Amino acid sequence: MITDAAPIVTARVGHDDSHTLEGYLATGGYEGLRRALELGRDQVRAEVDAASLLGRGGAGFPAGRKWSMLGRADVTYLVVNGDESEPATFKDHLLVERDPHQVIEGATIAAYALGVAQAFVFCRGEFALGLERLTAAVNEAYAHGALGRSIFGSDFSLDLVIHPGAGAYICGEETALLESLEGKRGFPRIKPPYFPAAIGLYGAPTVVNNVETVSNLPWIVRHGGAAFAALGTGSSTGTRLFALSGHVRRPGWYELEMSKVTFRDLIFDPSLGGGLAEGRSLKAFIPGGVSAPWFGPEQLDLGLDQEAVGKAGSMLGSGSVVVMDDSTCVLRAAWRITRFFHRESCGQCTPCREGGGWLEKILRRLEEGGGREEDLDLLMDACDNIAPGVSWPPQQTTICVLGPSIPSSIASAVRMFRDELLLHVKEGGCPLRGAR
Amino acid sequence: MAHLDDETRRKALATVALYPERRSALIPLCHLAQAQDGWLTPEAMEDIAELVGVTPAEVRGTATFYDMLHTEPVGRYVVAVCTNIACMLSGAYETLEHAEERLGVHVGQTTEDGMFTLEDAECLAGCDKAPCIQVNHRFFGPVDPPALDRLVDDLASGALDEVVPPHGVLCRVERTVGLEAAGAAGVPAAEEAP
Ligand SMILES: Cc1cc2nc3c(=O)[nH]c(=O)nc-3n(C[C@H](O)[C@H](O)[C@H](O)COP(=O)(O)O)c2cc1C
Ligand code: SF4
Ligand code: FES
Repeated sequence: MITDAAPIVTARVGHDDSHTLEGYLATGGYEGLRRALELGRDQVRAEVDAASLLGRGGAGFPAGRKWSMLGRADVTYLVVNGDESEPATFKDHLLVERDPHQVIEGATIAAYALGVAQAFVFCRGEFALGLERLTAAVNEAYAHGALGRSIFGSDFSLDLVIHPGAGAYICGEETALLESLEGKRGFPRIKPPYFPAAIGLYGAPTVVNNVETVSNLPWIVRHGGAAFAALGTGSSTGTRLFALSGHVRRPGWYELEMSKVTFRDLIFDPSLGGGLAEGRSLKAFIPGGVSAPWFGPEQLDLGLDQEAVGKAGSMLGSGSVVVMDDSTCVLRAAWRITRFFHRESCGQCTPCREGGGWLEKILRRLEEGGGREEDLDLLMDACDNIAPGVSWPPQQTTICVLGPSIPSSIASAVRMFRDELLLHVKEGGCPLRGAR
Repeated sequence: MAHLDDETRRKALATVALYPERRSALIPLCHLAQAQDGWLTPEAMEDIAELVGVTPAEVRGTATFYDMLHTEPVGRYVVAVCTNIACMLSGAYETLEHAEERLGVHVGQTTEDGMFTLEDAECLAGCDKAPCIQVNHRFFGPVDPPALDRLVDDLASGALDEVVPPHGVLCRVERTVGLEAAGAAGVPAAEEAP
């Protein structure tokens, strides 16, 4: 292994019974919650602050700061975001299926620190097994006294409800998620004023945190915020669950100490990605979910570090890395990602709804050989209409950032592989067809 | 026919009771109705509307926003082939084309015998097993064309009945506890019907 830091959120995943209460209790389960109840609310918040735990849902906002923004205002609800649908992201899927009690314990610790009496886990509807495991774990947790009235004999009571989604990427966006949880279509709300912390679920102050974010809390409470902050560097503390996919020998999830590992390590180290197939070379990789601009071989030595990746012009985002080798048609990759955004646009904003469809058509035309040289400028123009300047981070003209995420892959393909795109025009089709 | 039966209604009422506002139960109830019938029948949508305090049109209008909720009948098995980036890089379109040939339907269609509906899915968060497939939201992968043939054979023969329930059955574990704390903390009870 490339780092020797012990795993935090995946410590149990190797055990067959990791999802059962018995398996959980045998491996330190619910000790974090017991400790939290001893420490008291303020001390738990202080530990989470000291850990400087960054949100793992994509935006990387410090959890402690999010909690204290609510100050003394009465937080009414906690919602755990388990809608995981960002393409190539599969870490929360793992956590809800393999360690549902850890999600529940983390949510309960957060709810205690925030002083809420009802929490929801919004679980992606397609995770049938995840829903079954979470529901079974909730039943067990109530019976064990870890949920419900007077948790472990304290004066703290909490109800936790597992809420199934129904298939819509946009519901991962926190305000769309709240709409969906209210039984409506998943239309993101306009911010301001609809920041969940101010006007959240049923109009009440609400904290939304990601599944992986809360899964870190039992460990933080047991070992102290300082021990968490000692892992990683700078503002990227602790470990992070990376999802590696695409053209590598060993696709999968890897929990790694923040900042200590480079993209080169993740993709090529024999204990991690294991490199590319025989005879293949790296063409490009996406460092943090399909909303992120792409990197090329020049960026391989960057650390898996939120700040460093941000400075280099992209984002660590949802922690998912997609590897594309030299057999990849980058135009087709950009088309498929654009098609996804177009399909998942909720349709409220014109640039996102219309722009996405327009871009998809131009890309498809190029891929199928009907494109013209001017199409490249047309693509960039249309991107500019969605996110003026096509810079990073993108300028936002829409209600949420789904729209402004569309240009990332297209601009990457045009800027990094202009010649290959033009070859599609010259050859009247894909020059790489049949490369694999 | 296809109104919510007693058992589904019992589950629906228990679900409604978990939320501060009834409407929040709309989507969970749609899943329960699909578990009963495989899809959302107009009669079920009427019942859901009454249970959560909205009009049937609002139930339909909400349901059609979501990919998992079907307001038209679908096959016993909904085969969703992910073609998003990680799966595409691993040959998902070859798998999808093969599925179209094997099942004799295009994406979005159901076989004549009502057994299979084919879908071209977005990322299913199973990208480490690319190309990844879900059948009624149970995961399979990696699925290349020969693996798809075996999967279809096994589904048709009933060999996977334990693993893959009929379409619509999502969560086979029932919550056994109601709310204990929220009421005590003064969270408002469900609103009255309009
Ligand atoms: C289009 C879109 C999709 C998103 N999808 C998810 C998701 O699937 N899971 C998630 O936790 N956050 C997602 N987010 C981020 C959430 O809005 C929110 O920032 C996050 O859940 C907060 O949790 P954290 O602070 O713990 O990271 C998404 C955001 C956008 C704009
Ligand atoms: S940017 Fe797109 S997804 Fe976001 S609110 Fe606007 S239309 Fe909907
Ligand atoms: S891209 Fe296919 S499951 Fe994620």
